[in-house]
Amino acid sequence: MNFQALTLPEKLDQLFVFVQHWIMGFFPAHWQPLVGALVGVVGIVASFPAIFALTTVLERKGLGRMQNRLGPNRVGPLGIFQPVADGIKSLTKEDIVPVSADGVVHFLAPVVLVVAIFLGYASLPIGRNMVLVNIDAGLLFFFAVGASTELSIFMAGWSSRNKYSLLGAMRAVAQMISYEVPLLMSAIVAVMMTGSLSTVKIVEAQSGFTGIFPHWYVFTPWGFAGFVLFVIAALAETNRTPFDLPEGESELVAGYFTEYSGFKFALFFLGEYLGMMSIAGFGITLFLGGWGAPFSFLNFIPSWAWFFLKLLAALCFFIWLRGTLPRLRQDQLMNFAWKFMLPMTLLNLMVAAAWRFLGDSATGAWLRWVLCAGVLLLAYVGLGRVLMRKQRLGARSYRYAE
Amino acid sequence: MIFGLSIAFWITALFTVAGALAAALLKNLVHCALSLTVTFAGLAILFLQLDAQFAGFAQMLVYIGAVAILVVFAILLTRGAGAPEYRIYTSSWLAGIAIAAAVFALLAWSVITSLPAGAGSAAPDVTVLSIGQALMSTYVLPLEIVAVVLTVALIGAVIVAMHDKGDAKTHEQKGGAQ
Repeated sequence: MNFQALTLPEKLDQLFVFVQHWIMGFFPAHWQPLVGALVGVVGIVASFPAIFALTTVLERKGLGRMQNRLGPNRVGPLGIFQPVADGIKSLTKEDIVPVSADGVVHFLAPVVLVVAIFLGYASLPIGRNMVLVNIDAGLLFFFAVGASTELSIFMAGWSSRNKYSLLGAMRAVAQMISYEVPLLMSAIVAVMMTGSLSTVKIVEAQSGFTGIFPHWYVFTPWGFAGFVLFVIAALAETNRTPFDLPEGESELVAGYFTEYSGFKFALFFLGEYLGMMSIAGFGITLFLGGWGAPFSFLNFIPSWAWFFLKLLAALCFFIWLRGTLPRLRQDQLMNFAWKFMLPMTLLNLMVAAAWRFLGDSATGAWLRWVLCAGVLLLAYVGLGRVLMRKQRLGARSYRYAE
Repeated sequence: MIFGLSIAFWITALFTVAGALAAALLKNLVHCALSLTVTFAGLAILFLQLDAQFAGFAQMLVYIGAVAILVVFAILLTRGAGAPEYRIYTSSWLAGIAIAAAVFALLAWSVITSLPAGAGSAAPDVTVLSIGQALMSTYVLPLEIVAVVLTVALIGAVIVAMHDKGDAKTHEQKGGAQ
């Protein structure tokens, strides 16, 4: 590709790709693949923690608004330099390791967590031609790497030699294993429709437009159901509210990272938000058209800008949920995973297969819309009714201290 | 390149073997399980170096994501994870070494003899796509049977774990009588 021959929007779109090639040009041909990969890694390792810093301010200010208070407003104008202060604080704070703790495992746990989560970004398409490694099984890679974060959380909880830590870790692992099944199953519908596990191909399959509206998977019955299920499972997988039982402050101090302080605690914090961003990024890739523009006339805005805008919207949604929903109970959590999420994801697979084979001829298109949406709605209502009947919910009773 | 093998291979091989040795030699059971996980990860990376993406990712997903967690849970739920008081080496270590060597020799012999006559023949191009297609067409019956077996195992586990209300009561009464 020649940089000069492109129009301005195309130039902006491929800006980072050309910067990478420009840097690679300074090195002999033998070194170029290595340097190119290194530049990509530096880009990811620099940009996502920067978004993390931004998110912490956004979350604290946003939650403050929702709870009718101000939030951080002392460091810099409107408190926007709060992450800098937090960073300096966590770097200079004393690193306390309990006497009875298992030193090596205690040290390794946050490192393993952050490394495993960073690895997941390797197959995330951030923009057109902007993916670190474009492999056939990119999605499988993300889920495979994501599975190893459970072990690091267990390591943290076990090595602390603290009952609250261990309880938190056990809760976290049980929850993550339970919700990993619906997470994978809800992602599979997008793979079935694309016919590929490659994240790049999944985005490309959604890049067309009908009129001004895009062909995102979320605008189909199975895609919408899959997206909702994916978001719920993703919330549980990242231990976000309403699934934040592993670190339930009111009962477990801080769950699996109770005994961590200083920069190790900051690493857990970073890992949690990076995990949230990567899973949101994959949700965007699978169902929300990846780096594609939401309307055809907005195509002039660079693809990476769309990706990051969608990511910010997803993060705001997560923050909003945190300010809105109460925490679930352990039995509710498990019942919901196995009795609602799993049957719904299985049914969604069937619906997606039916959609695929009903074809998109003039009559088939209407028929499959009505049929697929009807089946999913019926299952949702029916399953909800049956499960709620067993709950025997009465009027809520309030008790006050006298 | 050392002995015709890449540096990446040597590093992974070192980690894999070190993890396996640590799993056999460490005293704390949870440490053993964690170092076994290092071996699993090393094997996955070795698969990836051979361009066997599906095997590598399945290794990660199944062994690190599920088997390692299962091992760790089993240790925690059964006998506690403290260092054992008794010796970890049994008195029959000589027989153990002999059996291990015999198994290794058998495996090595079968691997060496199964090499194709023309050692320089091109490696088959197996992509994730072709594995998927083979599983869904030629090998669909074995796949379904495996799925049924796994479902049966799952239901069996739930039934074993599920406690009858009447049963629990009698149990409590017995405990009370004692």
